[in-house]
Formats: sequence, C-alpha cells, structure tokens
Amino acid sequence: MTTAAVEDLLRELTPQVLGGLVRRHGQFEGCEDAVQEAAAAAAVQWPADGVPDSPRGWLMTVASRRLIDQIRSDHARRERELAIAAEAPPEEAPGADDTLVLLFLCCHPTLTAASQTALTLRAVGGLTTAEIARAFLVPEATMAARISRAKQRIKAAGSTFSLPADAEREERLQVVLHVLYLIFNEGYTASSGRELDRPDLAREAIRLARMVRAQLPEDGEVTGLLALMLLTHARREARTTRSGDLVPLDEQDRTRWDRALIAEGTELAKASLAGPALGPYQLQAAIAATHADATTAGETDWPQVHAAYLILERIAPNPMVTLNRAVALAETEGPRAGLALLATLDGDERMAGHHRLLSVRAHLLEKAGDTAGAYEHYRRAARSTASLAEQRYLESRASRVRP
Amino acid sequence: MKFLIGLHINPTVLDALTDAEKTALGAGHGAFIEALKESGELILTQALADPSQAAVVSVRNGQPAVTDGPFLESKEYLGGFYLIDCESKERAIELAAQIPDAAIEGLGVEVRQVMFSDGTLEA
Repeated sequence: MTTAAVEDLLRELTPQVLGGLVRRHGQFEGCEDAVQEAAAAAAVQWPADGVPDSPRGWLMTVASRRLIDQIRSDHARRERELAIAAEAPPEEAPGADDTLVLLFLCCHPTLTAASQTALTLRAVGGLTTAEIARAFLVPEATMAARISRAKQRIKAAGSTFSLPADAEREERLQVVLHVLYLIFNEGYTASSGRELDRPDLAREAIRLARMVRAQLPEDGEVTGLLALMLLTHARREARTTRSGDLVPLDEQDRTRWDRALIAEGTELAKASLAGPALGPYQLQAAIAATHADATTAGETDWPQVHAAYLILERIAPNPMVTLNRAVALAETEGPRAGLALLATLDGDERMAGHHRLLSVRAHLLEKAGDTAGAYEHYRRAARSTASLAEQRYLESRASRVRP
Repeated sequence: MKFLIGLHINPTVLDALTDAEKTALGAGHGAFIEALKESGELILTQALADPSQAAVVSVRNGQPAVTDGPFLESKEYLGGFYLIDCESKERAIELAAQIPDAAIEGLGVEVRQVMFSDGTLEA
C-alpha cells in the first residue's frame, strides 16, 4: 500500500479507535495522545512492512499499550513530586507481591547490571525510557535498545512470573539488592555532566528499597541496605559545596546532615544487626551509623569503625574494604600503620593504578608528614580518576601540600 | 561508563589494502554498528573527512590565523570514533577488539574513558 493510501486509511480508522479507547478507559487527553502515537507508528511501519490483517485491531492494541505506558509515567511523576515519599514511611500498596516478582524478573541473572538497572527503573520504578536515558546521560535510542534487548533476554530465558524457589531466591535477592545499590550510587555520585533534568535516582532507589523491605521485613540485608542508603543520603547537602566541589567526611558541616534520615537509618541499622545473619550491607550501615553518631569528626569512634571493617573484610574480602580499613587503622594506630596495610594491596591487580588507592595513600602520607610523597600521590590520583569533581578535589589537596 | 574508541588511520596502510579487504573492512564496521545498536551500547559514531581538509586555527594577539592541514605531523590521523556506553573498561576493550581495524597492522584502535559530557545526546 502506498504512503498516501495508508494515510487515508489512518484518517478513517483513528477516530474509531479513539472512540473505543475512551469508552474503555475515560481520560480523553491521554487516549488521544496514545492514538496519535499509534498512528504515527503505523504511518512509518505499514508502507514498509505492509498493512496488518486487522489495522483497527493493530491500532487499538498499540494505542492501549501507549496509554498504559503513559499512566505509568504520570504515576512516576506524581511520585517524584512527593519528594518526601523517599523519606516518609511507605504506604502498603495492594498487590505488592507482584511488584517483588517483577523486581526479581528485572534483575534476572542473564542480564548485565546496566540492563538490570534500566529495566528495574522502567518496569518497577515507572520511569519512562526518556527519563532513564537522561539519568544515565545516554540517548533515548540507546536506552530503548538496552531495555528492549533486556526484555528479549528474559523472554528467551523462559522466565515465569513467579518468585524463584527458596534455594535460588537468596542468590537472586543479592542481585536485586546490588541493582538497587547501583541505582542509588549512580544518583549519589552523579559522576559526569550536568545535573539538570536528571531524575533523582537516589530517592528512587530508596523508594524501591522501602518497597522490598515492606515485603521482606525480616531480611537483615534488605534492612541493612535501606539503612545504608538513608544514612548516606542524610549527608547529601554537606558533601558538596555550592559550586559542586567535594567536601570530605571530616570537613563536612555536620549541622547540615539530615537528622530525621539519620534517626531512621540508625534505628534500621540496629534492627538489622539483631538478626541471626550478618551481611555486608548491615556492616556498612553500622559504619555509616557510627559516623552519623559523631557530632564532630574528632569524636568519631574509630575503633568501632575499624572493628566493623575487620569483620567486613572477613565475610566479604575485597581490596576496597581493606582500603577503607587502612583509613580507620590510621586513625586508631597512626598513619604509618595505615600505610603498612595499604602496602599489602600493592600486588593486587584489581587495585593497580586505582585512584582510590593513590588518594588514600596520599592522604596518609600527608598525615605522616611526607608532603613530597603526598603531593606526588595526589597528582597521580587526580590523573587516574574519571570524575571531574574528584579530580578538582585531588588537585586542590595537591596544591595544599605542594613542596 | 562512557568511552570514546578512537580510530587512528594511516592512509598508506589503507591504500595498500586490496579491494576485497576494503570491502570487508566496511562490512565489518557495518556489522559492528548494528550489534552495538542492538545491545544498547552505541551513543554515536562518526567518520571524519580527510586530514588534508583540516584547518588549524590559532589566535595570536587577538588575531586569528588559519593553517590548512592537520595539527599533528604524523603518518596516522584520527579517522573517526565510536562513542559508547558500556558496563566496564573490560567490556569497552572487548568491543574495541571487534573493530576490524584492530586486526590490521598500522591502524590504531584507542579506548579512552569519557570524563565530562554536555550537549544533546541525540545524534
């Protein structure tokens, strides 16, 4: 069929389809938009691929889908306008079991982390593809392809819409929590580019974590993750200057920390530690709670922080944990002890040339009075990071100790 | 994570390729682009015109001066790039290895992480 003939057919069909849709759903405006979009898609596809057997049915199906997408996106907008939603206790949503199933599905182990986060934000978070694309600073087409590929993979894996069996559930829950953690971190660090128009991923992650906790209140790691997010989020206002420069923990204006979030996070962190099992999120939440408890940096209970990192290092060995423990150790036993612990990471290829290792070493060298060494390491760390804010911070530290 | 994969090209090397090799090179890029689009990892790719068409602009004492030709006096020049968004540096390297240039002696495929982005991302 020619393009002109398709256009004629569409002109004839769209009012019928719109009528049918409004009768079913109400919301004239939304239906109209949806039918417009369906017609626009038909105007491109039909001349190329041929007119479907039932063009009216095709339009109705496509428009209904668009309408549902739109309802979801309006819902997400409403959610974000109620910014406090992330901070206030959640309402029990009916049919929330389904949401948990959906979350497990979106965090399917066959997907890459990038696809898991994108799909979770879209299907569970209710963000539009355009919003997710903006959040990750990629073109909408890139994000749309990623989401579409993710859906195909899940389909190909033959997943059913049900919770995984017990043995698999714990493992899959770890993936879900990791995805929420990644979403939170993306919102928290916001490593590149402008912040304008970007959806608030940290709040979204907190909202999702609350939702999971409402379903699994007994799980210590779920509670621990939520506590960690709240305690980290509480420092948000204090961790950058107005011009976007990073402020390290020991220099933050602690009066700007959000006391309500700290109170809730601390209580959750304590509650999570009361359970039988101990996991990495619980320990990280406990560490964050210890920092939150200190009115000034000088009052920090470093022995407790160090003890928590020691346990964390034992249950989830990771060079980053050792790195953080070195900072705590330097506070309790002096910078040379911290530097000695850092030296054990030198052979670890995961840390070779990593800017965090360089910057922590610079920091400890500075504390130890080795300004030349500190200067060199701050400079090397500044060259190694891919974050502009971090680079500015490290350059400024380097200037302070310049020999 | 965003990476720019720069394609450093040597005209002498390209000229020495047989017609079949040139066709395979083009087809290889075509297939690579399609795969990147489908996986949702492609942001943008562009090929640049010949360096003989380049202009180097400088301003001295407020006066602009323009020199024809490329800035670097080198056998290789930037022929084009892929701007990608992928999981990790390891993945970026894995993708770079799929670019046909990587298998040709004298052509350079360089992976660089992006540090700052602005402007519209719609290509």
